[in-house]
Amino acid sequence: MSAPAANVTPATKLIVRDLTVYYGEKKGVGPVTMDIAEKHVTAFIGPSGCGKSTFLRSLNRMNELIPSCRITGEVKLDGDTIYGAGVDPVSVRRRIGMVFQRSNPFPKSISENVAYGLRIGGLKDEREIAMRVERALQHAALWDEVKDRLNDNALGLSGGQQQRLCIARALAVEPEVLLMDEPASALDPIATAHIEELINEISSDYTVVIVTHNMQQAARVADYTAFFYMGELVEFDRTDVLFTKPSNQRTEDYITGRFG
Amino acid sequence: MRTVTSREHTNREYEQELRRLREQLLLMGAKVEEIIRGSIRALTERETAVAEQMIAFDKKINQLELEIDELCMQILARRQPVASDLRFITMALKLVTDLERIGDLGVNICERVIELNAEPPLKPYVDMPNMAREVQEMLHEALDAFVAADADRAQRVIVRDRNVDAYYTQIFRELLTYMMEDPRNIFRATRLQSIAKYLERIGDHVTNLGEMVVFMVKGKDIRHGGRQLE
Amino acid sequence: MSAVGAAAAKPAPRAFGRTMGNRLGDAAMALSSGLAAALVLAILAVILFDVIKNGVAHLSITFLTQAPREGMTAGGIFPAIVGMVEMVVLMTVAGVPVGVATAIYLHEYAPAKARLTRLIRIAVANLAGVPSIVFGLFGLGFFVQFLGAGIDKVFFHGEKVYGQPALIWAALTMAVLTLPVVIVATEEALRAVPNELREASLALGATKFQTVIHVVVPQASAGILTGMILAVSRGAGEVAPILFTGAAYFLPELPKHLSSQFMTPSYHVYVLATQSPDVDATKPILYTTVLVLLALTFVLNIAAIVVRARMRRQSGLAH
Repeated sequence: MSAPAANVTPATKLIVRDLTVYYGEKKGVGPVTMDIAEKHVTAFIGPSGCGKSTFLRSLNRMNELIPSCRITGEVKLDGDTIYGAGVDPVSVRRRIGMVFQRSNPFPKSISENVAYGLRIGGLKDEREIAMRVERALQHAALWDEVKDRLNDNALGLSGGQQQRLCIARALAVEPEVLLMDEPASALDPIATAHIEELINEISSDYTVVIVTHNMQQAARVADYTAFFYMGELVEFDRTDVLFTKPSNQRTEDYITGRFG
Repeated sequence: MRTVTSREHTNREYEQELRRLREQLLLMGAKVEEIIRGSIRALTERETAVAEQMIAFDKKINQLELEIDELCMQILARRQPVASDLRFITMALKLVTDLERIGDLGVNICERVIELNAEPPLKPYVDMPNMAREVQEMLHEALDAFVAADADRAQRVIVRDRNVDAYYTQIFRELLTYMMEDPRNIFRATRLQSIAKYLERIGDHVTNLGEMVVFMVKGKDIRHGGRQLE
Repeated sequence: MSAVGAAAAKPAPRAFGRTMGNRLGDAAMALSSGLAAALVLAILAVILFDVIKNGVAHLSITFLTQAPREGMTAGGIFPAIVGMVEMVVLMTVAGVPVGVATAIYLHEYAPAKARLTRLIRIAVANLAGVPSIVFGLFGLGFFVQFLGAGIDKVFFHGEKVYGQPALIWAALTMAVLTLPVVIVATEEALRAVPNELREASLALGATKFQTVIHVVVPQASAGILTGMILAVSRGAGEVAPILFTGAAYFLPELPKHLSSQFMTPSYHVYVLATQSPDVDATKPILYTTVLVLLALTFVLNIAAIVVRARMRRQSGLAH
């Protein structure tokens, strides 16, 4: 993966303006303003409880599942506002997919897992479904390992394979943005390396936003990195800049391990 | 001792490793200063014994270079330093090279001094000690700037190199006249000119040190042009 | 360090020993819990032994396929079995969907802290505690005398068709009685579905409804099925609710309409035991009927356990 060219500004996929998430009266995170680059990898780092996951989940309106949650501010995907009145969160989530920290495959077969999003979306042509399932599994670098056992229960796969299955499942719907909430934190180093390689590859087709508590991982996979602390966005810059000469002292302290 | 960032590492061992690295660098710097001082003293006071001592002393400096390189490698492998720590480690590796070169140049000076002291002095040494003092002060200032993480101080050191270059030109011209005057002066004059050249190169190395301190502190690479900070 | 000093002051520890107190405690616990379990088994054994000894003599295929004759002193219990099956099927069809839907509403849709939600839960809990005879009276008053009489007036011009004990009313009464069982079992099953699965489904762009139908309910189906089997098992054995609402002691023909009355083994046992003209003659029949009833209950309960175990294995280990 090469760092983004220094003098080329990539197109913006997601525009966030003054987004703030409240849980009841308490502020969870914000206000956050940032532009997320298209077809690049953006990472959110920060200590536990800093709000990075909360902010991530507000990008595909998953925060609304929590009853006391209230969101102000604006998020636009290619100019379409996500939080407008009359916008159906279901339609947002078809364009912005998500992969979770612990893999959560359905207790169905491997192919049914990947096909789930397609069937839910109304696709009925079995041949098309099979084709897209294969394509998604190939994108997720899992096809070769499972092509002979597509009907086996997904829960029989290893942890790393299950996570790649979840990625395939998310990719099958062909979202424009893929959000990943600490996708490798439950995996061993080799499985993690596979996932990171995968992120590298899919970032040429998808906009990826990843939350990670592992700074080295952010340094390895992300083109842009945002540092969150105590519910605030502290610094947001190209990864190579943030990790060699951060502008903010708090960022410097955190990434060099001078916290606590 | 002020450090680049005012807080300490959460990991005590890491903090100690960085501290040790800093101490070793300063130790090496002090020893290099001593060699320069000794070599000039050997010249001005015609003390061959001191020159020989200094040549032996250089071994310690080489030893320190190996130690510091090893320490840097370990830190890089184990700690994955970033930001200011990363700049510090990578610059430490280069500082060490420059310091070691300065030490070698000191040894070269001593070798020439031994040759010179075998014959009567060519002329009273006026400019040479001044040039040497300038260089020594620059080295001292550069090391102080490193300790204090003071980029402005380092910047001033860089500027002073002009004076060293001016001294060299002056000394060279003067020695030229001696050589043209009388062929029997050539041996001593060339030796003196070598010493002046060595001092001038030491000045260049010290300038490198200054540039590195600036990068370490500010994250701006001012080498190879752009000597002024914006 | 100070630990060394402290260790030197204490006597050297025994290698891998346990104190006598610990061992006695463990033994006492094992003994008393084992005795309790043995007691339970013993009670069950006593009941079964008595029933089997006295009931197995009369048990045969003919017993199960013939109608009773000669004042219940001979013949079989075939009509009772048919009646029970019909009643249970109707009860299930009427009650399980309502119970499952209620549980789904309570767990998936209702806001957790809302007053209505708490009200419903309290209602369900109370319903579970109502004595079954009260259900019977409820069934009589509401279903038979109110709904039934109303239907008769509207559809049958006052002719008494539904305004009397009937299969449908007994089934509905039992459905209401077993509602809490179904609701609780279903809710437990829904609760056991990890939230991560719901999140995964929603994140793929599914609506809540699609998530419930395609992910949650299939995953909870083992628990729901268990609840259903438990309800059936209860329905097969209860007597009081059907006393006034549809059970009959003896019927010449099998129940053919929703308005028919029906026989059932549990009621049969009650009548045989209390109102038989010739107690000694009917005793064997009584025992055998009890044996059939018990066997049925066991089979149903074991089926519930097996189904639950099998579907749990299929849907994977808990995360």
